[in-house]
This record gives sequence, C-alpha cells and structure tokens, in this order.
Amino acid sequence: MSQKILSLVEQGSLKAEKPKFAIGDTVDVHCRILEGDKERIQIFSGTVIARSGSGSREMFTVRRIVQGEGVERKFPVHSPRIAKIVVKRSGVVRRAKLYYLRQRTGKSTKLRERRMESETK
Amino acid sequence: MAVGLLGRKVGMTQIFGPTGEVIPVTVLEAGPCHVLQVKTLERDGYEAVQLGYLNKPRRLAGRSARGHVAKLDSKRQRRLTAAGVEVLAKAGCEPKRWIREFRGPADGLEVGQEIKVAVFTEVPAVDVIGISKGRGTAGVMKRHNYRGQRASHGVKKVHRHPGTIGRNTDPARVEKGRRMAGRYGHERVTQRNLRVVQVDQENNLLVVRGAVPGPNGGLVVIRKTNKLG
Repeated sequence: MSQKILSLVEQGSLKAEKPKFAIGDTVDVHCRILEGDKERIQIFSGTVIARSGSGSREMFTVRRIVQGEGVERKFPVHSPRIAKIVVKRSGVVRRAKLYYLRQRTGKSTKLRERRMESETK
Repeated sequence: MAVGLLGRKVGMTQIFGPTGEVIPVTVLEAGPCHVLQVKTLERDGYEAVQLGYLNKPRRLAGRSARGHVAKLDSKRQRRLTAAGVEVLAKAGCEPKRWIREFRGPADGLEVGQEIKVAVFTEVPAVDVIGISKGRGTAGVMKRHNYRGQRASHGVKKVHRHPGTIGRNTDPARVEKGRRMAGRYGHERVTQRNLRVVQVDQENNLLVVRGAVPGPNGGLVVIRKTNKLG
C-alpha cells in the first residue's frame, strides 16, 4: 500500500519515456549545465557499470578512464538535467554490476566483448 | 492558530525540483479528520479542537468511544434529557483510532466537520510531530554522540565506553545529569519548519521536504509551523 502511494508521488518526477540502455553499454550522457541564465550541454561518455534503485530514485553509474585515472559518475535516470543518453556500443556482460572493471587497467578494460550486429537485430 | 491535521508517515522518496535538483521528501497521508469536540473557555477552561483520524472497528471501540462520536440512546441519557440537560454536539461518525487535541480557538470549526489536506494549500511550511523509532538500550556513543575510545594504543574492550564519569575523592559521587547509556528513542519529537512541497487533495497526501520522526506507518501530528520568518 505505501509503495503504491509513494509511486503516486514519484509519478510527476518520472520521464515520459525511460531512457533505454543496458549494463555494459558505452553511452554518451548529455548533461544540461546551467551557467547563470545560459544553458549548455556537456557530454560524459563511458561504460555503464551499475544501475540501482527504482522509480524516481533510479540511478546509474558511468565509468571512464581520464588520463589514466578511473572516473565514475552517478546520475539519476529520470533527472531533467540529463538531456539524453545515447548508446554508442553495447557490450556482452554476464553480471548486473561491473565493479570488476575497477581492478582492471589498460587493454583489459577497453577490450570487452562487443555484441554482434546480428544479435541485436 | 490554524488547526492542523493527523496523519500517517508513508515513507521517503525523492522528486525533482523546477531546476532539476533532487528534493528529498517525506510523503504523509494527512487526514481526512473529523472534528469530534470543540473545547471552550466557559465549559472546559481552555480552547481547543479535538480531531479524530482513521476509523476504529466497532468491535474494538468501547461504549465510551462510540458514545463520544454518536448519540447513544442509553437509559442514563434518556434520564438526563428528561431532566433538561442538553446533549453535547456529536460528530456522528465512526469511532476513531487516533484522537488528538489542537490548542487554540476553533476559528469557526464545528463538531462533525471534516478537515482535509486542503487546509495546507496556502501554508509554506509545517511542523510534524511524531514518536521517534525506539532504539532500546543504547550505548553512550549512539545515545549522546560520545566519541568512544581509541581502537588501539592499549585500549582494551572499552572502545565504545564513555571514559570517566567524574572525579575522585573530592565530590566522591557522580554529579546529577551525567549522560550514560540507557533507553533511547520512542519519544515525542517535533520536527519544525518543513517546507510543503506538494499537496495532493485527491489522495489526501502531503509531501514535505526532509525527514519526519518515527517509522513508516507511524502516527504524525501536522500543524502550520510556529517558527517565525
């Protein structure tokens, strides 16, 4: 019952269409940045390594390597500050959380199995 | 003094504000409440409005609880009426599970009237009163935010202890008010000045910014904040 009521309140904060992407995808996250009264779009691209929560609280984590340093950013899926999420590549993964990527460096992070074209269609 | 409402804490979630920022909110189910009694200076010595929230099953309601909300045709009542005693106004509703009083003049409220969340539409902020979660017997670190002791350097089995509780022979006692371990939680807590984010009249919901004392499902008393400015 209480879950029903909570989802009622969250309804107004959800996006009409939930962005489609999966764990292991390489994505471009287009973030809206407000500078004074001007708005500009900043792109954060990387691999989706985790997704958590539900409803308006759903978050996803994107990991990328910047100058040899691992950088992770966590975004709310339904945030109005995210203009769009573009899937660049899909990876074949066998688990929901790709935390094992944190232990990897260099090629072993980059070279991950890519989904075959025929499989997507 | 505007009258408040009784309600239940539903739980916490987050919603997005106008500029896309995340607002942590608590959802409260507020009312509808019935006015069960209006206390006046002449009759009761003080002014207050008594509200009831949620129906109680009739089998659980005692005769007095039933008689409080509706006229009971008892022998005693008949005798009193015959003697010319006026029957007090009754709400004429089901017996209520929760009954609380709000001090202050009635402001035109009458017995039997139903109050809904709509009363908070123009209110910028509210106070929410609840019973905090009970924590049982709690140590000094949890209960009074003591720092405890070091993890090493010779500290033995007293890592979460308070340390000294006084001096030696001079007072030869522990002074009054020394904070120690004991029962913690399950007490009345007032959380003041919570911003009203949303009022859902259709579903009797009040959404406020921030946390509210008590477990989900716990009774809360909501009133217009008494904090100034």
